[in-house]
Amino acid sequence: MKEFVLRVNPILCDGHGLCAELFPEAIELDEWGYPMLEPGPLPGSLEAYARRAVAACPVLALSVERSETGRRGRAAATPRTRPT
Amino acid sequence: MSVVARMEVPSVGLLDGLRGDGRPLSYAEHCSRYGELPLELTALELRERIAASGLKGRGGAAFPTAVKLDAVARSRNRAVVVANGAEGEPPSGKDKVLLGYAPHLVLDGAVIAARAVGAKRAIVATTSAMHARVRQALAERRDGAGVDVQSAVIPDTFVAGEETALVNALSGGPALPMFVPPRPYERGVGGAPTVVLNVETLAHLALIGRYGGGWFRRSGTADEPGTALVTVSGAVQEPGVYEVELGSRLSDLLQQAQADPGAQAYLIGGLFGTWVSAEDGRGARLSNADLGRLGASLGARAIVVLPRERCGVVETARIARYLAEQSAGQCGPCVHGLADIADSLDQLVHRGRRTPDYGLLRRRLAQVSGRGACRHPDGAVGLVASALRVFPRELERHLQGHPCTGSSRPVVGLP
Repeated sequence: MKEFVLRVNPILCDGHGLCAELFPEAIELDEWGYPMLEPGPLPGSLEAYARRAVAACPVLALSVERSETGRRGRAAATPRTRPT
Repeated sequence: MSVVARMEVPSVGLLDGLRGDGRPLSYAEHCSRYGELPLELTALELRERIAASGLKGRGGAAFPTAVKLDAVARSRNRAVVVANGAEGEPPSGKDKVLLGYAPHLVLDGAVIAARAVGAKRAIVATTSAMHARVRQALAERRDGAGVDVQSAVIPDTFVAGEETALVNALSGGPALPMFVPPRPYERGVGGAPTVVLNVETLAHLALIGRYGGGWFRRSGTADEPGTALVTVSGAVQEPGVYEVELGSRLSDLLQQAQADPGAQAYLIGGLFGTWVSAEDGRGARLSNADLGRLGASLGARAIVVLPRERCGVVETARIARYLAEQSAGQCGPCVHGLADIADSLDQLVHRGRRTPDYGLLRRRLAQVSGRGACRHPDGAVGLVASALRVFPRELERHLQGHPCTGSSRPVVGLP
């Protein structure tokens, strides 16, 4: 099974916290109720739980992405410019 | 060596051609000093020159400029060049100096960057304070060598200069950071692939385009070539913007600025920077490679000298509050985290009835890094963490509830 990574869009996230309830293996809430994600990649065996958490997010802030190993071709072709 | 005056290659760089009377270099003066734009070079030749120069971005991230340009040059869609003149960093003045006194270096750089990537449009983005200078300089130039160079005003806030915030503002949105990807080189201003370059980076391009990568590499180090503009403030007799060779001694710069010889520490890299003790700073060199040994980097290239009589923890608490207030307010961990970190520091230095909870402060610092859409929380946390490392004695006194030994006069200039 393919590995995957979790990603949260912090601008959309309002800290509802459902994701941490549904997927405590990889998500815990900080002092203010916002999700802290396991940096991953996570094993494919957990993907079903992750997808449930993604589906439960009321603001669609959470997503599952194929991990870097699965997208190496694309990742290598793009420079990592950091915001300054 | 006797060559025609206009072809003479300047020995150092960006600031030695400035007029003494505080007026900007006119376009005619600029051309007679530096020569004409290298319009005979193709896009590929320009990009080869830039790659050979090894120039890295002067906005703070020090990303290789050639790689940035290549990313948009490859795109099938017409790229846009953005000159980032926001300089929302309070202790930094270098970009204002360039725009105010040598605007044509920046405009030339914008033209060269655009020609290097096949862009027809370049936008010089500044706060309203610098806008008139840019417009005045644009009016002096007849045509943009096939590039439409425009000016744009962006809000005077700390985050407006963040790459995605800038692109957002220039696309008609609010000057707030966006969640990436897509990054600006994929989809930027108005959806076009966009390369955002700091105005000092562009000024270097103006000279690299003319004189080549080998000329640029005559100063600086192999890995960090060229000169850089550094703003020095705090406990110095001669605050201002200095042009230094990358890799030169910090102590030489401090001597030139007549810094307080008894200073206790330096804030290196601006508000997202790192405190470095005077002892550590003594042998340091102005390069990211060397400062990296001290956990520091040149960052926004602003250096503030902290005098002996001022408490570094109090100073940091003041900056942390400012940075919390300057959060774009979009991401929970930044909004709540920075405010609570500032509260923890306030409690530590002002010591009300409640005993400061140092463990809680440390936990908070560990929680917010990497959790915003932009690096604002990371920068703020890095600064605070360095203060706790560099000022252990002051920290201990505050934790014990002893009165602060520092004067209350602020050192780092904040609005």
